[in-house]
Amino acid sequence: MKIKKLVSGMALAMGASMVSYGALAADTIKVGVLHSLSGTMAISETTLKDTVLMMVEEQNKKGGLLGKQLEAVVVDPASNWPLFAEKARELLTKDKVDVIFGGWTSVSRKSVLPVIEELNGLMFYPVQYEGEESSKNVFYTGAAPNQQAIPAVDYLMNELGVERWVLAGTDYVYPRTTNKILEAYLKAKGVADSDIMINYTPFGHSDWQSIVSDVKKFGSKGKKTAVVSTINGDANVPFYKELGNQGISSEDIPVVAFSVGEEELSGIDTKPLVGHLAAWNYFQSVDSEANEAFITNWKAFIGNPKRVTNDPMEATYIGFNMWTQAVKKAGTTDVDAVEQAMIGQKSPNLTGGVAVMNKNHHLSKPVLIGEIQDDGQFEVVWETEGVVAGDAWSDFLPGSKDLISDWTSPIKCGNYNTVTRTCSGQNF
Amino acid sequence: MSQSLSSIARFSASDLFKGKGQPGGRVAPFVAILLAVTVLASAANLLLPESSPFYVSTYTITLLGKYLSYAMLALAVDVIWGYCGILSLGHGAFFALGGYAMGMYLMRQIGDRGVYGHPELPDFMVFLDWSELPWYWLGMDQFWFAMLMVLAVPGLLAYIFGWLAFRSRVTGVYLSIMTQALTYALLLAFFRNEMGFGGNNGLTDFKDILGFDLQSDTTRVALFAITALMLALTFITSHWIMQSRLGKVVVAIRDGEARARFLGYRTDNFKVWLFVYSAMIAAIAGALYVPQVGIINPGEFSPINSIEIVIWVAVGGRGTLIGAIVGALLVNYAKTRFTAIMPDGWLFALGALFVLVTLFLPKGLVGVYDQLKAHFAQPQSKSDESSTPHQESAKEASV
Amino acid sequence: MKRYLALCCCLLSLWLNPALNSVYAETDTGKTSTGETTTASSPHIQQLLTELTQKSLNKAVPVLEKLEQSGGEAMLPLFRTMLDGNLYFIKANRQVISVTKAESGKAFANVFTGEPLPEFTKKQIKKIRVNNRLRGYLRDAIARIQLSSSDPAAREKAVRNLLSDLDPSTIEAIQSARVNESNTAVQEMMDLALAMHKLTNAALAVDQLEAIEALSGSLESEVRNLLARVSESENYEPAVNKAAASALVKIQDKVEFYAFIDQLFFGLSLGSVLLLAAIGLAITFGVMGVINMAHGEMIMLGAYTTYVVQLMLPNHIEYSLWLAIPLAFIVSGLMGVLIERGVIRFLHGRPLETLLATFGISLILQQLVRTIFSPLNRQVASPEWMSGSIEINPVLSLTLNRLYILAFALLVFFLLQLILKKTSLGLNVRAVSQNRNMARAMGVRSDWVDAMTFGLGSGIAGIAGVALSQLTNVGPNLGQAYIIDSFMVVVFGGVGNLLGTLVAAFSLGIANKFLEPVTGAVLASILVLVFIILFIQKRPKGLFPQKGRAAE
Repeated sequence: MKIKKLVSGMALAMGASMVSYGALAADTIKVGVLHSLSGTMAISETTLKDTVLMMVEEQNKKGGLLGKQLEAVVVDPASNWPLFAEKARELLTKDKVDVIFGGWTSVSRKSVLPVIEELNGLMFYPVQYEGEESSKNVFYTGAAPNQQAIPAVDYLMNELGVERWVLAGTDYVYPRTTNKILEAYLKAKGVADSDIMINYTPFGHSDWQSIVSDVKKFGSKGKKTAVVSTINGDANVPFYKELGNQGISSEDIPVVAFSVGEEELSGIDTKPLVGHLAAWNYFQSVDSEANEAFITNWKAFIGNPKRVTNDPMEATYIGFNMWTQAVKKAGTTDVDAVEQAMIGQKSPNLTGGVAVMNKNHHLSKPVLIGEIQDDGQFEVVWETEGVVAGDAWSDFLPGSKDLISDWTSPIKCGNYNTVTRTCSGQNF
Repeated sequence: MSQSLSSIARFSASDLFKGKGQPGGRVAPFVAILLAVTVLASAANLLLPESSPFYVSTYTITLLGKYLSYAMLALAVDVIWGYCGILSLGHGAFFALGGYAMGMYLMRQIGDRGVYGHPELPDFMVFLDWSELPWYWLGMDQFWFAMLMVLAVPGLLAYIFGWLAFRSRVTGVYLSIMTQALTYALLLAFFRNEMGFGGNNGLTDFKDILGFDLQSDTTRVALFAITALMLALTFITSHWIMQSRLGKVVVAIRDGEARARFLGYRTDNFKVWLFVYSAMIAAIAGALYVPQVGIINPGEFSPINSIEIVIWVAVGGRGTLIGAIVGALLVNYAKTRFTAIMPDGWLFALGALFVLVTLFLPKGLVGVYDQLKAHFAQPQSKSDESSTPHQESAKEASV
Repeated sequence: MKRYLALCCCLLSLWLNPALNSVYAETDTGKTSTGETTTASSPHIQQLLTELTQKSLNKAVPVLEKLEQSGGEAMLPLFRTMLDGNLYFIKANRQVISVTKAESGKAFANVFTGEPLPEFTKKQIKKIRVNNRLRGYLRDAIARIQLSSSDPAAREKAVRNLLSDLDPSTIEAIQSARVNESNTAVQEMMDLALAMHKLTNAALAVDQLEAIEALSGSLESEVRNLLARVSESENYEPAVNKAAASALVKIQDKVEFYAFIDQLFFGLSLGSVLLLAAIGLAITFGVMGVINMAHGEMIMLGAYTTYVVQLMLPNHIEYSLWLAIPLAFIVSGLMGVLIERGVIRFLHGRPLETLLATFGISLILQQLVRTIFSPLNRQVASPEWMSGSIEINPVLSLTLNRLYILAFALLVFFLLQLILKKTSLGLNVRAVSQNRNMARAMGVRSDWVDAMTFGLGSGIAGIAGVALSQLTNVGPNLGQAYIIDSFMVVVFGGVGNLLGTLVAAFSLGIANKFLEPVTGAVLASILVLVFIILFIQKRPKGLFPQKGRAAE
């Protein structure tokens, strides 16, 4: 066993085949679920755990996979980031799962990453994130910044004629990176420095008086102003309330948010939010047969006719479907085989059209912009023509504009520098 | 893993507390058991094949290493709370600072193997457009310097805080709340990305330590063994301090600070240095924790974490050193098990544990054990403790 | 302390002064006029309406423009219905109708006459979608039409809405409306618009200077923007540039003064939130010496009580808070008594252990709420009367919910003072807190007093929860967010001193809000924390230490 770790490259493949051998010998295919069921993130992640369970149940009704039943192994990393790494190791070494669906926050993914690369596991990450990453062992089914932030800004600029921009976010890596990308993008479009205001607030910020008043002042300079909000979770309600109370309506200064979806709205008095925008790849309100069936199944599965669906759920749905297809194609659950089989997989979106898994482990998906309605749903006001390919490395950041990710031969690298033609930062 | 841990627990119930009412009597047996378990577990991991029934998985080794660093942290809190009556609700801060110093060293070790391939800057600095390394990151690529910082930064913070607080005789509740404010302020500060510590994501994706691959089994076992050794070492040192004249003064300060002061002792000096000592133990624990769990982030500063440490000590029995260690091991083991079995019920159980321990077990498990032993040694002398929590606690010096 | 009160009074009087012509910044709810059906039913309009149902979002504006031109005032109800998102059309005949929510399902009506229509199924009708651009257009159109509204406030608002977009046709409309205008405020606003037009379009420097004269002193942002442009533009003579610049400086001074007041209000408002959150703790901690880590959860219980009240009475949101306040007091108060009787009384004289035990209780209560109400945030609606703001002038407006909460916090504070100073319970509480044994010797039932004090402190935390439910999320973590701040306030103010708590809350609130623009929100709270830590080292007993024998 010691030798295995010493000659890592070869040995990992060996280890992987051992793991998959164990799985083949077993009666079931194990699906690990790594979502927080307690702690601060439980609010969002419990839903995704249930989504995976629903998908597993449906797949089993269809006769399972490769002639075997699927078995979900659920663990609780309790919104504790070191615990994510520990539980991932537990899933891979103790339970010997074949695939993991999990993670929400960036830090949880970053925490799991070394473990999953060391043990050659396979993970599906279903949440919109800041990009700047592409691991051999992870498939990113949520939106990259160019699938959410940039189309939203395009919409505001071209359709609403916005000239002044407030980039407001919670102080963590997703807003920081997204705002960096947007800032570079806006400047490339000729927006002056003085027309961009950037503001960061701590998690759960509840006193928005000064900031909203600053936004109001910033917006009173005679040019159309919009707020691009990467404000996280709990801080949103007091933010929108303060906007409403200070008399800023969505016509004066629209706010487009990337972290406010149906689930978040279900805990909010939506009156002050009506007309504000959100950019996602999925809205529950989209009228399609697949979506209607999904919503019906979900409500039945969860036993609550009032439960809503949201974008990360669709990302989980697409990821799960693609994984089952890839396993069928590869004829095994072996990670390396499935990884290669995943690339090029197609799966219908719930909103129509077909999502494609690209060489960089990111999806091509449509981007929708919706306006918040008073019933907590979104009214789609704009959508991209066709799909947008997820970009692992942003073209607008100096550090990453030369990087690409391509997991097919001959490059086979997540961080390939097209200028120096080198591959850096791989853990295997 | 359940095997090795339950073995600790079983031993602790029967052999570990062979003291004569004095906590000191338990040092030798405890250290012996700790080291024996370490050697056995390490050997079982490295030498046995995976198929052997006695094989200890790397997962278990890492878990044990984590528990032992927590035990060390609990020891640090017991030194000041149990012996000197200073209830720190901010010891997580020193733990985290030590962890960050170690994390910075590990980040620098990545070198140009980061995702952007930058020769010097960590990834999070590259994508946030930092042009050069901030001054406080300089020198952290040297192991000796980083280790010095592990001790120096928390030590200095503890010294300044202690010096200010103890000299102006901030005591009791006020002090506890101030330590809580301290860790809360640090939590907010480390969340800021401008600080240059990676913000909410913290430091992660470590590759190697002193040239050894962090993902290899040998390195993991070595780290686990070092943690066990450091725990034994700090345990012995702390025990020695508490048995010495210095320790007697410290206890005297706990039981009657004014009196100790009138006897001519500069009580504030004693408290400051004990506080610094305790902070340094916490920092070492943090430094050992980080390479084993693979990430350090501001969450470690959260005030709730610090309160939890106090609970470990209370459960085990404060003012006994051994109690702190046992408490940390037991509560964390229970946490690992229960969060897996019933995530929803876990917080109920933890909450109830807090209430019941403070109400019925003011001396913790060690106290119960001592009492049971005394009870069986002289069956008619004393009644069961739990029936009279009131009197017991009244007898105890109020803290 | 007196300064703060004076300020509050000042702010309140500003609000109450009718001379300031305060306007509620909400959209006024106009009545549907019924006499215009003839215009609305003309074939041309009907055709346009049908067109409206067919156009995509981006192409709807030209249709609306035509409707406005040919329909005029008759289109007001249509535009309003559309603005509110209530405009639908019947799929069969493309007739537009208004669909509004009613107590039982939906109400269907003719858009123009308001006559009720028979029910339609969901499949039979389709919504005419609106986006922000359409809303913007509709609002301007309504403003233009409303220049002849009968309500002066609506007229003033209409003119103000037009300031940003003064084209010759609107100027013409304003000019003709100005002749018949009788209300001075509206007249002034119209003159402002005309002066702005004059400044941009007059050829002679004399006229331009005259316009600047008329504009100086106005706080409207459009005026400021125009003056800024004029002061830098080369199309104007240097004298005009200079005059514009100096007018701008004068305005800027005024703006800064109001910005200062604004910031002060923000500080006071944050202070009032801190006061509400901390005042219950000041009683349990300050008077009884119990560190109640479950205090935050008492606040949370109060907020959830509000939620439950609204759940029970979905049709009486406007009054729900009045019912929630006493209920929250009772719920949290009872829980407090329960905790005191069940746990805390066994831990007398061991404050640090009450801390641990109550922390355990706080975990249990949080998890309890998660189990009962789900971990998701719950929706608590704000009543109409707490939404919006009072606009004192274009640069200073005070949000109503904050204003009410400020007043409410002060009210609670004075009531509490009254209870402690004037009632026999208060006397007993003070006696026990000063010397427990002596009080008992005098026949005070210290057990009973303890339970009541703890209940009182917890009950007030519950009331704070009702107020906080109007500002922030109602979820299991609500209490956690306020517990550390509350402790800081109490310790900073001096334990056992309610007045200290008041002063501490407001000074920390104001300090925070004045630091925030300079340092950012995060650094501001860090600096305040560090300041408190250092302050306590200097004065371990806080701002107002207890004096005399009671203070140990």
